[in-house]
Amino acid sequence: MKKQNINTNQEYKYGFTTDIENIRAPKGLNENSIKFISKIKKEPKWMLDWRLKAFNRLQNLKEPNWQKPKYPKINYQDLYYYSAPKSVSDKTKSLDDVDPKLIETYKKLGIPLQEQKKLSGVAVDAVFDSVSVATTYKEELTKKGIIFCSISEAIQKHPDLVKKYLGTVIPLTDHYFATLNSAVFTDGSFVYIPPKVKCPMELSTYFRINASETGQFERTLIIADKGSYVSYLEGCTAPMRDENQLHAANVELIALDDAEIKYSTVQNWYPGDKDGVGGIYNFVTKRGACRGKNSKISWTQVETGSAITWKYPSCILQGDNSVGEFYSIAITNNHQKADTGTKMIHLGKNTKSKIISKGISAGKADNTYRGLVDIGKKALNSRNYTQCDSLLMGNKCGAHTVPYIKNKNSSSIVEHEATTSKINEEQLFYCNQRGLNQEEAVGLIVNGFCKEVLQQLPMEFAVEAQKLVGISLEGSVG
Amino acid sequence: MLEIKNLKASINNKDILKGLDITIKPGELHAIMGPNGSGKSTLANVLSGKNGYEISGELKYQGKSLKEISIDERAQKGIFLAFQYPTEIPGVNTNNFLKTSLNKVRKARGEKELDTLSFLKLLKEKSSELGIDEKMLSRQLNVGFSGGEKKKNEILQMKVLDPNLVILDETDSGLDIDALKIIADGVNSSRDKKKSFLVITHYQRLLDYINPDFVHVLSDGKIIKSGCMELAEELEKKGYKKIN
Repeated sequence: MKKQNINTNQEYKYGFTTDIENIRAPKGLNENSIKFISKIKKEPKWMLDWRLKAFNRLQNLKEPNWQKPKYPKINYQDLYYYSAPKSVSDKTKSLDDVDPKLIETYKKLGIPLQEQKKLSGVAVDAVFDSVSVATTYKEELTKKGIIFCSISEAIQKHPDLVKKYLGTVIPLTDHYFATLNSAVFTDGSFVYIPPKVKCPMELSTYFRINASETGQFERTLIIADKGSYVSYLEGCTAPMRDENQLHAANVELIALDDAEIKYSTVQNWYPGDKDGVGGIYNFVTKRGACRGKNSKISWTQVETGSAITWKYPSCILQGDNSVGEFYSIAITNNHQKADTGTKMIHLGKNTKSKIISKGISAGKADNTYRGLVDIGKKALNSRNYTQCDSLLMGNKCGAHTVPYIKNKNSSSIVEHEATTSKINEEQLFYCNQRGLNQEEAVGLIVNGFCKEVLQQLPMEFAVEAQKLVGISLEGSVG
Repeated sequence: MLEIKNLKASINNKDILKGLDITIKPGELHAIMGPNGSGKSTLANVLSGKNGYEISGELKYQGKSLKEISIDERAQKGIFLAFQYPTEIPGVNTNNFLKTSLNKVRKARGEKELDTLSFLKLLKEKSSELGIDEKMLSRQLNVGFSGGEKKKNEILQMKVLDPNLVILDETDSGLDIDALKIIADGVNSSRDKKKSFLVITHYQRLLDYINPDFVHVLSDGKIIKSGCMELAEELEKKGYKKIN
């Protein structure tokens, strides 16, 4: 095993590791490790077949390389594709059975799992490396017919729903990382909201990478049936290690007629140290289908962590009058890199999309907004509004905006606005003169810059996210 | 309150203040007048600790040297600068900004931080004293404010933060008579035995309303003449060139 350099970086307070006994799949990417994952999860044969089909397909795919941030070649044979705390693998899980060490880990992360200390109004699914360790508020949700469980559990208990929707938004054949995920995905969340049900609380998944030399391949599937509503939030952290770890998730959202899904992400994976050593490669495929008429999918992301963030949460607006939204804050500091944005594919009539992107770059970081607005021939009277703002701090960082716009009919309107600005000495001086120190001043100015996006977050998380925005930029000025 | 001896300041190797002396006692209001480029704004910047200046000489506030003290610490110790051009900070609510600022200052003074309700009460009191429309305060900080609104906002902040040493950097420039009166009222109603003021201005206009104890003429980085209100009147009549 590599020497684990758990450094004492002050800025990343989630960088600790949990010393816990693991069960791992054999090292390497091959049919055997896939069979191992499928077997340990007691999956039905159709699931294993699906995985193997993806694996076969993967042999003919190459990693994409058009993105701006480049990274050293990943040796896929040198990774573990499954790692789980032994205690979780052995038992059927109820909160009483969860290893106290895990409970303690989540407590340190600010996510209490015990019944008496649950976050009020938020149901949490806690995913540790490759497995879901606990889900809170399950009973309350069940009463309304809402299914909120790990995807592994859903495969066993709700195979019809999984079969019907899995891979319908991100097909097996999509692209390298998505297909890799389909072959080796380990756990993640499954949500089903029945017709006309408004989910009474925020649903949340907290992802934690703990083990070293392990990739995390989570898979999340959310289905909002006709006339239903759900708001879902994911959070992520990882220990500080001097190796790069791969996180290649797939998230699929499906909104049927008149349904609405609000999906929020606060991504705070370990970003690497000040010199750019270590950190997570966050290569994620997130896609939502507004399949029904009048449906709506809204993505909000606050991306502050990871060495490289490479993702485009997208909306396929199939249903007439459907609405897609993308609100994003991407903060890169030190040597972090981000290439992120969205795709809005307009297929139905009168479809609307809105993109608000705020990129903040400090240190030697590089931040790219890349987005596609594609309005199809039949998507008559559709509209898109895009606003991309970049804020630069210091003179060694970069900001780039790469919008692709395709409008294939004459009744639709696309608007694009973009600004780039530098954090202003006068603004800092003004704040300092009113008693705020440099870091507080930066936090305040940047939060002001991000306000439109922060306002989209569920109340419970907006305050946390605001703090995170400040912390991520610590030491970047002055 | 403030003792400045032989203060020199340069920026990018350009000398701006060239040996300036001034002493301000508690309760006094001093006006500094001077032509463009005489170093008035530099004096305000140096007193508040703005970065980028090479400084020598003595700079004492409440008996202690200000060198090595950062901008925010000076502010917390009660030095307030009303800016000539208050900057816009988009997305930041004026109310919230002022609350954050006040609580930083209160904390430094060893006072309890104010909760939102008590803060809003204080703000309402101070803004009605000054005749400022509260609606202005729910807008983004200085964004889209008229020149007059920006200056009024500075004076309101001064009122709320209750500093020991107030520096007004050409707060009167570009104001109509009504706004000028609001500013002057704000200053006059804040004057007491403990507070000191340094009012930097081009014109006598503001001084007519606030009656300074001393008037100094700043020219080419030095105080070339000091006196009382009569000096300001003389300046207004003769212009800066004839003084000396």
